[in-house]
Amino acid sequence: MSIVEIPQEEIRQPLPPGPLKWVKGNLFNNVGNTLITLILLPLIFFAIVNAIIWIVTQADWTPVINFPLLYAVGQYPRDQIWRVGVSLSLIIFMLGVSWGKWGGLLRSISIAVGLTFLLLALLPIQHAQLNLNMRLYLGSNLIWVLLGFGIGRAPFVKVLYIVLGWLLVPVISILLLAGFENSSFLPQIATTLWGGLLVTFLLSAGGILLSFPIGVALALGRRSSLPVVSAFSTIFIEGVRGVPLITILFMFSIILALFLPAESRIDRLLRALMAVTVFSAAYTAENVRGGLQAVPKGQIEAAKAVGMNGLQTMVFIVLPQAIRAVIPAIVGQFISLFKDTTLVVIVGINDFLGIGRSIINSDPEFVQLQLEVYLFIAVVYWIFSYLMSLASRRLETALGVSAKL
Amino acid sequence: MSRKLFPVFALLLVFAFLLAACGGSAEPAPVETVIVTVEVPVAAEAAPAAPSGSGEILSRVIDRGKLVCGSRTDLTGFGYLDENGRNIGFDIDLCRAVAAAVLGDPEAVEFVPLTAADRGPALQTAEVDILSRNLTWNASRDAQWGNFTNVMFYDGQTFMARVDSGINGPEDFDGATVCVTSGTTTEKNVAQYFTDHGWNYEAVIFEETAAVYSAYEEGRCDLTTSDNSQLYAVRTGFANPDEHKIFDFFISKEPLTPAVPHGDDAWFDTVKIVMYALINAEELGVTQANVEQMKNSDDGRIRTLLGNGDDWGYTQLGLDADALARAITAVGNYGELYDRYLGPNGLAFTLPRGLNENYSNGGVIYAPEIK
Repeated sequence: MSIVEIPQEEIRQPLPPGPLKWVKGNLFNNVGNTLITLILLPLIFFAIVNAIIWIVTQADWTPVINFPLLYAVGQYPRDQIWRVGVSLSLIIFMLGVSWGKWGGLLRSISIAVGLTFLLLALLPIQHAQLNLNMRLYLGSNLIWVLLGFGIGRAPFVKVLYIVLGWLLVPVISILLLAGFENSSFLPQIATTLWGGLLVTFLLSAGGILLSFPIGVALALGRRSSLPVVSAFSTIFIEGVRGVPLITILFMFSIILALFLPAESRIDRLLRALMAVTVFSAAYTAENVRGGLQAVPKGQIEAAKAVGMNGLQTMVFIVLPQAIRAVIPAIVGQFISLFKDTTLVVIVGINDFLGIGRSIINSDPEFVQLQLEVYLFIAVVYWIFSYLMSLASRRLETALGVSAKL
Repeated sequence: MSRKLFPVFALLLVFAFLLAACGGSAEPAPVETVIVTVEVPVAAEAAPAAPSGSGEILSRVIDRGKLVCGSRTDLTGFGYLDENGRNIGFDIDLCRAVAAAVLGDPEAVEFVPLTAADRGPALQTAEVDILSRNLTWNASRDAQWGNFTNVMFYDGQTFMARVDSGINGPEDFDGATVCVTSGTTTEKNVAQYFTDHGWNYEAVIFEETAAVYSAYEEGRCDLTTSDNSQLYAVRTGFANPDEHKIFDFFISKEPLTPAVPHGDDAWFDTVKIVMYALINAEELGVTQANVEQMKNSDDGRIRTLLGNGDDWGYTQLGLDADALARAITAVGNYGELYDRYLGPNGLAFTLPRGLNENYSNGGVIYAPEIK
């Protein structure tokens, strides 16, 4: 009964085309709405006009424009910055290869990334750090993504190679960024020097990639019939979910150091990454558990009937359905993880927000300009978060989540 | 070095005692037997009486080839970043001076950015070899966190008011409105100060430091309060700095002091002596530029400071003669270091030296001599 009613309610009376008709039909269709429109319209108008006037004439964007490299990579030594560039281009190249192989959503992402770099290369800002070499590098990323696309289209490139590539690229990037002790070609760069967007992306991508398998394992563990496994998973999940991220960050970065002997000290950035991963894993686990519960029992029985063992049932039947069902929830959680990484500022890591704060405090004049800096940071976070949610919606449609469940 | 030498000293001491004891004795015969039995236990017992944990951190720093310095990147003048992300500032250069002295390279420092919350634990657990992070020395921190070396900057909380506000001194403070950051010692100090004097005041409290100053600049408060150095920094950023005056009395004591972890006296001494050297260099007229010439100065104190004279104790600490000369070459003497960031042509802002003037010029910057 209700299944039939809901779509009927949602179908609106088709309005005649034309903007005037739309305005009349939506903004002035009754007395109440007309009043609300009359009150809000001037308010919105003045807000927008004043905002534009402020942005263009009154705001002083010096602390935003003058420090492109600080925002991008923090204190990473400037003469070694090519290592960040190569890592980034490797990832972009792999993106291009995947686009060539699979197309679809990856096509939009690749084109967007390529065009963004082209845009950055052509940015109409005069700055010593945005010199010809830097602009050429930024622009070259468009070539990398297209080159990747071409290679991805080649028939000899198997899916296995691409998967291997994706597994290798993060490892290569980290080794490239960190360097090696006593190496003159790739000297070690302490992670205390890493910062800016580099650290924000590293923490969010690392947190997302590492927390996902742990979360799936915990979700399965919680539903396990083995009491020890199930109890451990439950305690872990509920323990972590019961406290705020800030507590876990403090625990990993301060308390852990008090317990461990001085020799076995863990890198500060790694400690933050561990905290973020643990936090995210607990939430992923609960999301995945929801998906597991949504898989009908008949599926498992059917898998058993065709002779699959427990592992096969899980890997080939249950998990694919469960994870597909919870992709929107997981992406939503990853978006919030991306924003949550800003909390690492309180344990002394200069992520994108932290670098912004450092820039504000690098010159007494900038203290008055912090609104500009924070606004810029907020817009950057918004762009990335919005792109992620856009991608997740496309992914949902592609997987047919809403249609089939 | 001192650890290796100690058994030798202990042995010599035992001999000395025995000789003294035997001086009164007529028969030298029993001496031989006594020496054998006594020397071993005394040497073993004496070890803990040596500077506890002698040289652990110092040797760790040398092995690592890098000094780990707890610092900050978000305080103009003291610890901040330049356009290329290089750590600069008064506190930062103190670390560079230590690195230059101990390791011979002012760049051999790994700066670990610490927040107010994790600087204590970082020092307690010896995660950092030295903490130079705008750190106020007080008794509880001294007891819990580590050893405080030598006060390198005397700061204190004071007030700022508009020149045309009619507030000319504390006598006009009664009934004033004060903009202040919430939940800080600054807020507590103000409350204490006004209660002590029996004055009324209205606190306008903000969470964000910057909000405090913009509210003050907009005229919402008669006074704003913070550490002297911060008020000077903030005033530099105001639209019309000349319209504001900062009072020259302090209501709290903020002696900013680099600290080292507990338990390594040799390291503690090393850092202290580097600090002393910077202060002495200013007194003696040794600058970054003239270190090499001054090595042949007629003044014996200068030659000793620069390692071309008597041993001021460097062999004992396991350093070389040039250590302090390198520190001065790296960052300059105390006055040059101060002026680089806080002087009239400084990078950050201008802060009159006041208490931070050398004692010979009426300040309280005073250090034991290097000799």
